[in-house]
Formats: sequence, structure tokens, C-alpha cells
Amino acid sequence: MNNYIVRRIAQAIPLLFVISIVSFTLIKLAPGDPVLSFVTPNMGAEDVERIRQNLGLDQPMYVQYVVWLKNVLSGDLGYSLVNHRPVAEMIIERLPATFGLMGASLLLSLLISIPLSMIAGSRQNSLFDRGLSLISYIGISIPSFWFGMMLIYFFAVELHWLPSMGMRTVGMDSAWDIIKHGILPCTVLTFMNVSVYMRYIRSNTISQLEEDYVQIQYAYGATKGTVLLRHVLKNVLLPVITILGMSLPELIAGAFITESVFSWPGMGSLGISAVHGLDYPIIMGITMMSSVLLVVGNLVADILYGVVDPRIKTTG
Amino acid sequence: MNSMRWRNLRTQLGQQKLGLAAVIILGIFVLASLFAFLSPHDPNEIVVMERLQQPSADHWFGTDDYGRDYLARALYGGRVSLAVGFLSMAISVIVGTLVGTVSGYFGGWVDNTLMRIVDVLMSIPSFFLMLILNAYLKPGIGTIIVIIGVLSWMNIARIVRAEAMSVKQREYVLYARVSGQKPGRIIMKHIIPNIIPTIIVAATINIASAILMESSLSFLGLGVKQPNSSWGSMLNDAQGFISEAPYMAIFPGLFILLTVLSFNFLGDVFRVAFEPKANKR
Repeated sequence: MNNYIVRRIAQAIPLLFVISIVSFTLIKLAPGDPVLSFVTPNMGAEDVERIRQNLGLDQPMYVQYVVWLKNVLSGDLGYSLVNHRPVAEMIIERLPATFGLMGASLLLSLLISIPLSMIAGSRQNSLFDRGLSLISYIGISIPSFWFGMMLIYFFAVELHWLPSMGMRTVGMDSAWDIIKHGILPCTVLTFMNVSVYMRYIRSNTISQLEEDYVQIQYAYGATKGTVLLRHVLKNVLLPVITILGMSLPELIAGAFITESVFSWPGMGSLGISAVHGLDYPIIMGITMMSSVLLVVGNLVADILYGVVDPRIKTTG
Repeated sequence: MNSMRWRNLRTQLGQQKLGLAAVIILGIFVLASLFAFLSPHDPNEIVVMERLQQPSADHWFGTDDYGRDYLARALYGGRVSLAVGFLSMAISVIVGTLVGTVSGYFGGWVDNTLMRIVDVLMSIPSFFLMLILNAYLKPGIGTIIVIIGVLSWMNIARIVRAEAMSVKQREYVLYARVSGQKPGRIIMKHIIPNIIPTIIVAATINIASAILMESSLSFLGLGVKQPNSSWGSMLNDAQGFISEAPYMAIFPGLFILLTVLSFNFLGDVFRVAFEPKANKR
């Protein structure tokens, strides 16, 4: 078992290294001179050159990369070019908002999709099954930002039930206020996740129900409900771990767009405003953060899967 | 593609009413965007006096914040959205098929190298990579097509690789190899024709995701820009007028949803029609 974990971690490290090079190179190639954001009209050419040197931008690319990587490993992601604050600090203060939103929607998605899709799978081609599959088709096809806009239109503009943007009302400091702001963005993310998860869990339920052990349970006189709850559920939950790992990229991208629609003060809206403002250190920091999140997420999913299903470690 | 598969496809479309509806919807959208020039209004004609008019007999979809006819803009915007979807799909299918067949046919270190590249590309959140690329390349419709195409071939490569590996073992391929045909010729003549059904399914689903990606990028103001418009960039404009002119947000979004939904449906209809035994559920 330990061997398996070590092997999986050893596979992840070069991946992280390559990711760091790729994201560094890409962002360095971007147009727009970051020095210009420090230049005021009354500065001379030598002032501009001095700023360039201070930022380390006169060094060759690989030197800049090594310096950057060293700093990253010690937790220093550089300074924002726009407001000159430490990038790590800016990202960390945005993390709770993003993780809160992603965590809540992930939990809700599992709570909704597992029971619904198991019922759908056990009543294949029933009206319930067909209806649910149509809904999940819509969920994977709807542009998340448009769904968000429609929710804002109906629930904030027309009905005035919920706030349309941000995370807090000015002057209010209660958990209920944050929840109220979170309902709409969370609905968007949950709907998208549920649609993806349902397709996998449903087809898994169907193939589990065809297994011999299920037939044996029926032969012993078990009802469909007991079979589903006692036996199929366990085996359906296993692949859910992998689905979670696999769907992380969409979860991150979805959270980015959704955050920007609802002006949710998380990593996503920080990242998108950084792209608009060509704020390289922040873009780089967030790209690294989300790639690391992705690689680690997949790693954890693989290891967890190996723990709950011992067959994996011998073959994989 | 043999006649058997076409017959299966026709049967599937006959049984799956939603699949047939998808074909009809896509047909209407493609025709509408091809014949957009028949629209009585110019999509770029600014009429300040007619700003933000509700839908009426003259302006079926109303007018936008510059007084431009919204139906005409939606028609031309659809042309851009569909073109971006088709062309970036073409790029990703070509790259994905090449990488997949080469990887699957040759195996060994070629396969290993190519698949590690695929791994890396798949573990960087591609949406974010697109944002960055889009920021540093010259913005424009061509750029978006290339970016989306170049960043979405990986799943096709994986599927094609798996298929190529099994087709490679068949006797006629072994025979071709023994009779001294060159690998390039074997791949083109014997392997690719046999995995075309798989490629068609992947390509159909790929158009759907390409259209979604383009609309997301344009919505964030990083894709199609003025004076061009796509359904996504129209939604970007509409965001500021959601309370005064909700119709500006409703129409383009509904079109994206219907188009993407139809392609996704169609992909599944193809899947069942081409591989009835494996995929019938």
C-alpha cells in the first residue's frame, strides 16, 4: 500500500514541475510591459530602467524562472503589479470564499445526485429516469454564466428575494447574510455538477444491478430497496471518488466564471480581473494554485480509491 | 462508414424524437446564420433614437443599447459562434486523430512521450490557459478558433489511441504490415477508416464544448470583440442591462443552450447508432 502511494506521488512531482515551467513561460510571453504600470509621465529613461532592474525583468528568462521557483517554494509569489501587495496574501484572503462556495456546492451535488440517479438507474427508462436525463442534458449544455444571469434576473431583479452580487451586505455581519448571497452562485455550480455526476452514477447503478450478487439477493427474497441501500450503494460510491477527481478542472473553471458573474470575492474573480489588467504575478500564482489543486486532487482521489478498493494497488 | 451504420442511424433518429428535434434545430440555426444577409436590418447600424426598445413587430428581438436591431445581431452572432465551434472542432479532431493513431500504432517510447504530454496538458486547467493565451495573442476570431482547437484535442487523442491499439491487432493490418506497406499508409488507409465512427461521436460532442468555451471567453470580454459579435459577446453587453432589457440576455443564451444541447443529443444518438451492442441503455 505504501509503495502504491509513493509511486503515485513520484508520478505527480514531474507533472507539477512541467506545469510550473509551462505557466511561467506562457505568462512571460504575454504582451504589455509590466514596467509601464509604474511609470509616471515625469520619469526619465533611466528611472524606467531602474524599475525594470528592481523587478528583475532585465534578467534572462531562465534566471527569472529559477528565482521565481525558489520564491514560490518558500511561499513568496511576488507582488501584484497593480496594487503592489504580496500575491500569496491576496490569494489566501480569497481562498475561504472560493472553498466555501465550491465545498458547499460539492456537498449539495453529492447529496442530490446520488439518491436521484440511483432511483433513475433502478427504474431504467421510466418517466422519472427520462425526465432526469433530460435535465442532466440541459445541465451539461447550459452556459453557466447565462444560467447565473437568468437567476439574477428572476430572483434578484424581479422578485427581490436574494442579493445579486458580492458576499456581504455593507454593515451586515451575519452568517445568514453570507448564505443569502451564496444561494444563487451555489445553485449554478450545483446544477452543473449534479448533471455530470448523475450520468456516471446512473450507468454505474445499472451495471451493478446486472451483477450476480444482486440476483442472489433477489433470490433470497430481498426487496429492491434493501438491495439498493445495502449493496449497490457501496459499490456505486466507489467510482464517485474518481468522478470527483476527474471533474475538478470543470469545477475550477466553473467556479471562476460563476464567481465573476456574481462578483463573488474569490480566487476566480481575482484571476479574471488580473487577466484583464495583465497582472502577471497574480495570474501565475492562481494558475499554479489551480494546477496544484488539480494534481493533488487527482492524487488524493487515486490514493483514496486504492484504500477503499485494494484491488487497484496490485494492478495500477 | 458502411450502409449498416447509416441504417442504424436512421432507425435511431426515427426512434429518438429528441435526436430528430436536434437535427431540425441545428438545421434551422445553420440556415439562419447562412442567410443572415436577408435580414432587413443591418446588424451594425446604430440608431440612437431607438435604444433599448422592447421586442416589437419591426424589431422582433428588440434593440440593444446602441439601437441596433437585436435579431440581425443574433443572426450574425450565430454565424460566428457556429463557425468557431466547427473550425476549432476540425483542428482538435485533426490533431487528436493524428496524435492518437500515431501513439496507438507505434506504441513504445512514442506512445509514452505523447501520452505524458497529454497528461500535462490535461492537468493545467485549460480554461485558464485559454484566458492567458487569449490575452497575449492578437485578439480576434481566428485566434479563438486556434486556441480552443489546440487546447481540446487531448480527449480525442486518448479515445483514438485506445481504438487504434485494438484495430492494429486485426489481421488485415498485420497483413498490410507484413506485405511491407509504410506505417503512414497503414494509418491512413486501414486504421483511420475503421475508427471514423468513434471520431464522429467525439467530434460532435467537441463542437458542443467548443461553442460553450467560445461563449464563456467572449462573455468574459476575452473572446470575440466589437465590432464582431457572437452569442457570448452579446451576453457580455447584456449583463449591464439585465433589469432594463432582460430580452437582451434571454435570446442569445437560449440559442447557445439549444445549439449545445442539440450537438450533445446528436453525439449520443451517433454513439448508440454506431455501436448498438456496447452502448444501448
